[in-house]
Amino acid sequence: MNNNKVIQVEGLTKMFGDFTAVNAITFEVEKGEIFGFLGANGAGKTTAMKMLIGISKPTSGEANVAGFDVFTHAEDIKKNIGYMSQKFALYDDLTVKENITFFGGIYGLSRKIIKEKSDVLIAELGLEKVANQLVGSLPLGWKQKLSFSVSLLHDPKIVFLDEPTGGVDPITRRQFWEMIYKASNQGTTVFVTTHYMDEAEYCDRVSIMVNGKIEALDTPKKLKKQFNAATMNDVFLKLARG
Amino acid sequence: MKRFIGFIKKEFYHIFRDKRSLFILFGMPIAQILLFGFAITNEINNVDIAILDHSKDATTNEITNKIAASKYFSIKKIVTSEADITSVFKKGHVKAVLNFEKDFSKNLIKEHKATIQIITDATDPNTANTISNYVNAILQQYQKEQNKEIKIAYQIVPETRMVYNPELKSVYMFVPGVMTIILMLVSAMMTSISITREKELGTMEILLVSPLKPFQVIIGKVFPYIFLSIINAIVIVLLSIFIFKMPVQGSLFLLGLESVLFIISALALGILISTISETQQTAMMISLMGLMLPVILLSGFIFPISSMPVPLQLISNIIPAKWFIIIIKGIMLKGVGIQFIWKETLILVGMTVFCIALSVKKYKIRLE
Repeated sequence: MNNNKVIQVEGLTKMFGDFTAVNAITFEVEKGEIFGFLGANGAGKTTAMKMLIGISKPTSGEANVAGFDVFTHAEDIKKNIGYMSQKFALYDDLTVKENITFFGGIYGLSRKIIKEKSDVLIAELGLEKVANQLVGSLPLGWKQKLSFSVSLLHDPKIVFLDEPTGGVDPITRRQFWEMIYKASNQGTTVFVTTHYMDEAEYCDRVSIMVNGKIEALDTPKKLKKQFNAATMNDVFLKLARG
Repeated sequence: MKRFIGFIKKEFYHIFRDKRSLFILFGMPIAQILLFGFAITNEINNVDIAILDHSKDATTNEITNKIAASKYFSIKKIVTSEADITSVFKKGHVKAVLNFEKDFSKNLIKEHKATIQIITDATDPNTANTISNYVNAILQQYQKEQNKEIKIAYQIVPETRMVYNPELKSVYMFVPGVMTIILMLVSAMMTSISITREKELGTMEILLVSPLKPFQVIIGKVFPYIFLSIINAIVIVLLSIFIFKMPVQGSLFLLGLESVLFIISALALGILISTISETQQTAMMISLMGLMLPVILLSGFIFPISSMPVPLQLISNIIPAKWFIIIIKGIMLKGVGIQFIWKETLILVGMTVFCIALSVKKYKIRLE
């Protein structure tokens, strides 16, 4: 296996009865890359992602994530990835600090490391004043930024973001993407699904899923050229409409 | 292990920060036991009774005076024939009639034995039972005093007759019943809600993606409730001992063990419910309709199983609470040991294993 490829997927398929949710998808993601995983609702994005993060068993095909096989070593994959879903990853009835401590704890970090990391994290996000407040009282944008930072707490090789910026304002989205860039620069691979086509432009490479298949995969620039479109939005519409 | 402790800590934060669940956890048991305790009270005061005296001799007079002097009874009527008894009851004038047999003193001296009949209106079975107990107590005391003086043991035989409801149930019924309800509520309902809450909020997904194993997540969620349920059981037993003076006849240790067994079976039910419901509301409805109602109606807590129609009697067998109530009634009221309740205990163990096995299976399917 090439060390630079942190995700290698070949012919990965998931069937629910007769229905093929994910149809033999094949792709690779390199270390430190920001990989956009696009598709309309129901195209199979979430199912594909669940197979990669080890909570859904593929029907057939091969997939290797962070150096481990999804069929045989799902537990090892879990230790090496971070995950943030479109629903909130944090507990509203715990304080900022308690959330950090809890998530650090379930990833097996020592108390000392958790303490260090949580101080750094709180300082970086400017949350000093609210560190002991319940997360439920924070604005949506803060929660999402905190949630992303928490998913990076255990220094995962890859972080999976499932529509991380749903429902937040453009400024917060912008700040969020700055955080994503920072993580990527530090060598963390970012695998992100999104609905926002302007965000697709920020990705290094983008794949577009239609009806369980990956119909396009390249850099945003090349995709726009290939489909003769001005924006990623147009690329997406052309593909989705067939 | 450290991960697990962190997890449990978080569960306690959830519980202690949610005022609703705190209330259910601690307010409810105390409120219920007090309500039931005082509603089904065993205290009586100035109960109106009637006397039917066929002998009218020194002894019956003395006994009548003794009863009249006690603060529990006041003699409202003196009736002269058996036929009057029915009429005073029907009019609701009195709650009980004491009927002295003919030649009471004579019988006592000659045969060392005389009979007094206590007839009570058992439309209110608890009061009826209490009245007869109190009359008995007064009679026994009188007997003791007399026996001391004349040095010949003689016996006043009280003969209790409950009219209108011959099948009387114990007043201490409510403590085992409330204990069962509370443990069921805390263990099954609260766990099923707390697990579905994580599902609903999407945090369950996060936990499943983490290196925690699914069974660790479940045990971590369930553990605090085992702990809190045990505390509740202790509180209930203490309240019943100290507030309601209800002695625990049997072994407290055995009572504890059986309670833990029941708690685990209720938790298994809670987990099972959480695997089939997606939202907290569904979990709550299933718990209430599927667990609480049968526990209240079919466990024998309020309505005696023996007087239910056969189909309901059969259904009552699959309710764990029924067996637990038999067990704790045995231990608390009759003071029996494990040799008398091993069958019920085994049934409870079987049900627990079945529920756990089923929920493990369900849980796996859900993860696929």
